[in-house]
Order: sequence, then C-alpha cells, then structure tokens
Amino acid sequence: MSAVLMMGFFSLLCSCIFMVLDAVDVAFTEAAVGAGASTIFFLAAIAIVGRTSKPSKPGKTFIPLIACIATGTLLFYASFDMPYFGKADAPIHQHVAPRYLQESAGEVGPPNVVTSVLASYRGYDTFGEVGVVFTAFIGVLLLLGAGTRRTGVERPAPPNVNEESMRQKVVLREVADLVIAPVLIFALYVQWHGDFGPGGGFQAGVIFASAIILYALIYGIVPAQQLLPPRKLAYLPGVGLLLYAGVGVYSMLRGGNFLDYDMVASNPLDGQHYGILIIELGVGITVASVMINIFFSLSERSL
Amino acid sequence: MLTGLFNYWVVIILMMAGLYVVMASRHLVKKIVGLNIFQTAVFILFISMGKVGGGTAPILVEGTTLYSNPLPHVLILTAIVVGVATTALGLAIAVRVYEAYDSVDEEDIAAMDTEDRRQESAVTTVTNTPS
Repeated sequence: MSAVLMMGFFSLLCSCIFMVLDAVDVAFTEAAVGAGASTIFFLAAIAIVGRTSKPSKPGKTFIPLIACIATGTLLFYASFDMPYFGKADAPIHQHVAPRYLQESAGEVGPPNVVTSVLASYRGYDTFGEVGVVFTAFIGVLLLLGAGTRRTGVERPAPPNVNEESMRQKVVLREVADLVIAPVLIFALYVQWHGDFGPGGGFQAGVIFASAIILYALIYGIVPAQQLLPPRKLAYLPGVGLLLYAGVGVYSMLRGGNFLDYDMVASNPLDGQHYGILIIELGVGITVASVMINIFFSLSERSL
Repeated sequence: MLTGLFNYWVVIILMMAGLYVVMASRHLVKKIVGLNIFQTAVFILFISMGKVGGGTAPILVEGTTLYSNPLPHVLILTAIVVGVATTALGLAIAVRVYEAYDSVDEEDIAAMDTEDRRQESAVTTVTNTPS
C-alpha cells in the first residue's frame, strides 16, 4: 500500500525532473499517468490481492543484492565513456534532431516540434505504440473480462460499502464535483492544442480517463458504467486505431505513401495539419477508452 | 569534471533499485512496482541525454535558436503510455494468479505447484499399478 503511494509521489517527482530537463510533453504525460492512471490501477489490484506481503527470507535477498551491485558497478564503469550532461556536441544531437528542429516548421507546420516528430516524421512508430496499447488492452480484456458482468440482468446486490462511504464524504464529493468538468474540458484543450503547446492525444487521453476514473471513485462504478457502458466502450480502442490507420490508407488512395499527410489535402501544409489533428484524435480516443476500460475491468474484480 | 556524468549515476542507482525489488520481493505486485522503477530510470536516461545546456523546450518561438533534442521526448512520451498499459496487463495477470492460487506470494505459489505435481505423479503411479 505505502509502496504504491510512494510510486505515485515518485512519478510526480520524475515529472518535475522532466520539466527541468525541457521535456514539457513528457512531464505532462508522466504527471497524468503517474498521479492519475497507474496509481489507481495499482490500488485496484492490491484491493483484490491484499496489501500484506511476507518479508523475504534473509538468505534469499543476498544473491539479488550481489547481482545488482555487480551490474551497477559495471554500468558505473561504462558511464565514463558517455558524453557529459548537456553537451550540445553529443552524438545524440548530431543525427536527425537538427533537421527536425530546422525544417519541421516548413515541412510539417506545428511550432511544437515534439508533435511534428510524433505524428508526422515518426508516424509509423506512433502507430506501432498505439497498436501496443491496443494489444495490452485486448490482453487485459481476455484475462479479466470487459467489466460487463454487473451490467447484465441478474445483478447481485453489490457490497457497495466503500462506494457509499465515499459518496458521504462531503469534502471529497464537493471537490470532485468542482474538478471533474474542468478536467474534461482541459483534456479537450490539450487534445486540440497539441500542435502549438505541450500536449496531444496521449496526454489528453490519460487526462480524460482520469476524470472519468475520479467520477467512478466518488460516485461508484455503477453510475460510471451507466454513463459509459463498458460493452460499447470496448469498441472505442479499435475505432481510434482504425481512425489512425484510415488516415494512412486515405493518403495511399490519394497517391502518397502510408501516413504521408502531404497528400491528405491539396496543399501539403494543410494536409499535414489535418493529418496530425485526425491521428491525434485517434490516439486520444484509443488511450482514453483503454484506460477507462482497464479501470472498469480491474475494479469489477474487487467488488 | 566528472559531475557531468551525475545523471547517469542517478539512473544506474534507480535502475539497480528497481532490479533489486524485482528479484528480491516475493509479492507479485511489488515486483511490478520494481519494474516500473526500472522503466522510469530508462525514461530519465533518455530525457537527460536529450537535454542541451542552455536550450529550451522544443517548441519553436521567435528569437530562440537552441532547443533540447525533441526525439527522446517523443520516444519516452509514447513509452510512458505504453508502460501504463503493459503495467495494467501485468496487474491483470497478478489478479488472475491470485484467483487461481489465493496468493500472490511467489514462493507460496511455487510450493503449491510442487505439491500439485507431487500429487499428480502419485495419482499416475497409483492408476498405473493395476494395469
């Protein structure tokens, strides 16, 4: 239990580190994921499997300790060959990065270079990543079910003690009421403003999902599932992925390569703009619906 | 000026802490926490390598020419979201293990498996004897 809460703090600290290191988009994602989604998933899991663990036998920790110290020493030794922190002439900054920084404004358009690289230059990578998220979602669905058991006809009287007590906590409920709607609007802002400032489909999806998860935590899982029926929600990750692939196929039909947005509209820059907006929307839909679905599946099991 | 390597050392310490938790902890969920720490160490490695001293965030503005490297940012921001999805998959497996064994303790599970195998071989020897 405390380990999981420490994890939450740890990832919040990490997001501050990313912020200091100029990675605003990454800090954004880490804050939304660490404080929103992953901590809740861990809490839902330990609600099922129990929070106590037996201490390891003293003899059993010896070999891992030696292995870790040995590996750490080797890596430490290897670090002396690495370029110093912050050096502009490090090999990592010589290859493709200068082109991204110098040409992306003319070739792709958005001032946020991270968005142009993510959605346009490395669109295949991102497509693969969305595919991995989708695959992980299918895995969770196969292992735990789609969270549809309690929306069926024969609904057993649920042991809703926790949910009831949550709803009666006035401060929690009022703060949640205050926060949920702005968070949802903020998620949409992050979604559509990703070209110009930090943000994009990944962050927006997680932020949107955490607002829904907050609603489910305060008002109980049943109202949340009435709002977003899991059976229909389970289609959305596929819709998002197909939207992404659809842009690729459309650009092929227009005579370009797969995911070549230059062909999406008559003017290449307009094409890039539309292409990025649509694939970011696909990413956002997939990520948000996967997160909400996983939360439903995990929390179903603990009731 | 060895302080220029400080970021790698932080990463190594975090990474080894995560690896130690994965290997030494008996609780399956704690092992996933360890994996997460390891993963975060890799994120910090990538992001710290992308930093350019004196540069700013890679959002193009007038009058700035020095930006940090955007490529590691792209890789890591997608990796974070993929990471949470795979973490959820790991937790789902832990939940199913708990439902099958009523325990998420690695050694208890191994002990139960050995017990099962022993009983199975006992059953097969018993059924084999008459024939």
